[in-house]
Amino acid sequence: MPVLTAKDFKNDQEVRWCPGCGDHAVLAALQRTMPKVSEALNYEKERYVVVSGIGCSSRLPYYMDTYGFHSIHGRATAISTGIKVANPRLTVWQACGDGDALAIGGNHFIHAIRRNIDINIILFNNQIYGLTKGQYSPTSKLGAITKTSPYGTIEQPFNPGSLVLGSKGTFFARSLDVELALNEEIMTAAALHDGTSVVEMLTNCVIFNDGAHRNLSDPAVRADRTIVLRHGEKMLFGKDKNKGLVLFNMGLKAVTIGEDGFTIDDVLTHDAHSDNMGIHMMLAEMKGPGLPVALGVIRDVADRTYDQRMTEQVAQVTDKSKIHTVYDLLHSGSTWEVK
Amino acid sequence: MQHKVIDTEDVVIRFAGDSGDGMQLTGSLFADMSAIYGNALSTFPDFPAEIRAPHGTVSGVSGYQVHIGSSDVNTPGDYCDLLVAMNPAALKANAKWCKRHAMILVDADAFDEAGMKKAGFVTDDPFVELGVEDRTIITAPITTMTKESLKDSGMDLKSILKCKNMFTLGIACYIFNRPLEAIYQYLEKKFSKKHPEMIAPNKKVLNDGYYYSANVQAIPNTYTIEPVKAARKGTYRNITGNQAIAWGLLAAAERSGRPLFCGSYPITPATAILEELAIHKNLGAKTFQAEDEISAICTSIGAAFAGDLAVTTTSGPGLSLKSEALGLAVMTELPLVIVDVQRGGPSTGLPTKTEQTDLNQALYGRNGECPIPVMTAHSPANCFYAAYMACKFALEHMTPVILLSEGFLGNGSEPWLIPDLNEYPDIVPPLVSGELEPGQKFYPFRRDPETLVPRWALPGQKGYEHRKGGLEKNHEGVLSNDPLNHATMVAERAEKVARIAKDVPLLHIQGEQSGKLLVVGWGGTYGHIASAFHDLREAGYNVSYTHFDFINPLPKNAREVFSGFEKVLVCELNCGQFADYLRSRFPEFCFEKFNKVQGQPFLVSELVEAIKQYL
Repeated sequence: MPVLTAKDFKNDQEVRWCPGCGDHAVLAALQRTMPKVSEALNYEKERYVVVSGIGCSSRLPYYMDTYGFHSIHGRATAISTGIKVANPRLTVWQACGDGDALAIGGNHFIHAIRRNIDINIILFNNQIYGLTKGQYSPTSKLGAITKTSPYGTIEQPFNPGSLVLGSKGTFFARSLDVELALNEEIMTAAALHDGTSVVEMLTNCVIFNDGAHRNLSDPAVRADRTIVLRHGEKMLFGKDKNKGLVLFNMGLKAVTIGEDGFTIDDVLTHDAHSDNMGIHMMLAEMKGPGLPVALGVIRDVADRTYDQRMTEQVAQVTDKSKIHTVYDLLHSGSTWEVK
Repeated sequence: MQHKVIDTEDVVIRFAGDSGDGMQLTGSLFADMSAIYGNALSTFPDFPAEIRAPHGTVSGVSGYQVHIGSSDVNTPGDYCDLLVAMNPAALKANAKWCKRHAMILVDADAFDEAGMKKAGFVTDDPFVELGVEDRTIITAPITTMTKESLKDSGMDLKSILKCKNMFTLGIACYIFNRPLEAIYQYLEKKFSKKHPEMIAPNKKVLNDGYYYSANVQAIPNTYTIEPVKAARKGTYRNITGNQAIAWGLLAAAERSGRPLFCGSYPITPATAILEELAIHKNLGAKTFQAEDEISAICTSIGAAFAGDLAVTTTSGPGLSLKSEALGLAVMTELPLVIVDVQRGGPSTGLPTKTEQTDLNQALYGRNGECPIPVMTAHSPANCFYAAYMACKFALEHMTPVILLSEGFLGNGSEPWLIPDLNEYPDIVPPLVSGELEPGQKFYPFRRDPETLVPRWALPGQKGYEHRKGGLEKNHEGVLSNDPLNHATMVAERAEKVARIAKDVPLLHIQGEQSGKLLVVGWGGTYGHIASAFHDLREAGYNVSYTHFDFINPLPKNAREVFSGFEKVLVCELNCGQFADYLRSRFPEFCFEKFNKVQGQPFLVSELVEAIKQYL
């Protein structure tokens, strides 16, 4: 198989996102990720399918030189599911926004996760409806002022991580649009994971919700307000990597090593593969001011996938059955002859 | 009493009881047995939406009508020769369906004060109250006899009472001289694995019912209905419409070489198709029970994009939920079969009752200019062919196709001469093959000049990478807002569907090719209208009849057919949707309407009366 590069996944279409939109960086990371996945898994380019719903980020398939399907609002997850079940050899990627996946498409989203169908979902979370020009979304912060909430929203937002884990998700990762290297790393991990992988990308909408994630993405504060989790590594963060997460009472606590009696030994080591949902849920739900927001792969546990089970069941039943053709079927059971 | 055995052409039997009394099983067993015996038959299950409606009430009555005959049987029959009523409510709900000389068999034990009160009788003679006292009434203590029959079985009372329907079936078998062997075989098959201890008691009750009838001499006459003599040679089986659709889909998958994917959400009365396909993973069918109707169609569209023969099955409310995705399937020009087993609407309506009220929805229920081929089936067994053809049109013309079935067809059954599939047309999807030359590209919306069908390239095929989606595109598959491009694509998508007409079988006129009146029907009303037509012809009326299985596009000779008649009477189970469709297409002809929207099939007698008005 020829070695693929990011260029192989770009096409001649003009990218029509606003200048400065966070989606550009995610697209670039995805195009760099695919050759790595191909190398690791020996996937030919024609096995990639990129699916999307409706919204700014859902234009992404048009910018990839792969098979692509730009569907309708909220339904990307269902389309992806059908593609994967029809042909499990395909590697299915999905681009969808916070409104697309969590509002109109919420039902498909949680059920795909429950089934653990082997698709990779990139959830672009800019906390706003961009393509319809600035209405609040299910991830907009309580009180957010938007065109449809001129006096502030009165709804609690979803944390996508809690939703994924609450649906017994097997893979959840989170990152910021600007973290190009980390994004390649976690997208590759998502691709290598068998089952539904959800990667939440905190993206910036430069027009309608500019700076929604600035409290995390600003280089001056990023190291102190986020923590990058890696399996098997200590949960350390901060500019000098001198802060860590420890278990304290019923929850997580951020501490400075060497202060208040905490040592490096007290700091938790990340186990993304643990079946135990408790700590993963706590990590996914961390937020300021007291705790850093978790980035990286929070959960990555092995389980059977829907498409594997489907393929196996079809094979098993076919093997056992005496009916192998429609002719056999038509003549099975009670029949009678007229002579 | 003088007992007579009477030879008769045909009889109609209606089994009615509480929805937990097992009347559907009793009726279908009687039907299956009669089919194996060689009778022609047609069945009509008529049951409430509730699984176990309040015991003993009229709303909870479940019925199963079966019409058996020794020559052609086109309908389940308007009125019955024997009504079996397991309780007062069943009698009350069904007495109006008895013929003048019908027999009424009731379980005398159920006609106590409480039972009569629950059914809402105000006097102590239900037969007089309902005006059926002049029918032949057989009051058998079915509950007592069943208890007596099984008193030494060691079974608990609840299980014993569940066998009442077998006692009833035994009586029915006696009245119509049916052999019991086929039922023995059914009982053995049903219980052999999990409950072998249930075989003997059921057989015993069945036998006791049979011999009870012979001994008590309460039954004045018994009947024989000879097997059909002129039946075409071959292997037959009994089949319901829903089962026939599932099998037709499997046959099309096998013939086309495309694996079957069925994404569906359970909905009455279509669920049995999904259930039937789920059994047949042995033939490679992938069934996906979706989280909702929208997912059901969207997973199917995804599967179609990936190369499967994709199908979604539903009923009217589900079709409403699928509307937006239907537009996506039209826009992406992917093959997809949507089966709508129609029920009474609007909204939840009458879930277990039959109607033809989704025609407008199937034809028009989408945003934008969004033409979809619409076709129908005209009998339970015909559903097999209809499903096969729906797949053929979808796959060969790269379009979604809506197949309109009806609750009456889906649940109804009839004997079916198993077809020789070699006589069915091939199904050849326009798949791309081979590798593209270097520098060449695949353009997903370039069309065959004859059929306007684009080609089908499947993910995984090297070099054919392309993108489809809901946004308008040009022939190369590139997004386009160009006004003229949109106009062109709209016209081409419509013309692609219109050109399917060349594969649509021509209309056939029964009766004279021209005259005063042409009766028109479509879908599941075929049997009733054909019977009315034959009755009128026998009575000397000059009338012709044609039936539409294909609605969009219409058969090419439709205009020619209509042009031979002064008037056309369109009979349908809605408020005139097909008639309005024909009026819009053929404004030069005079279309009259005869409609019924009661959640029930036509009666042959009411059709005869309606048609006479125009003669």
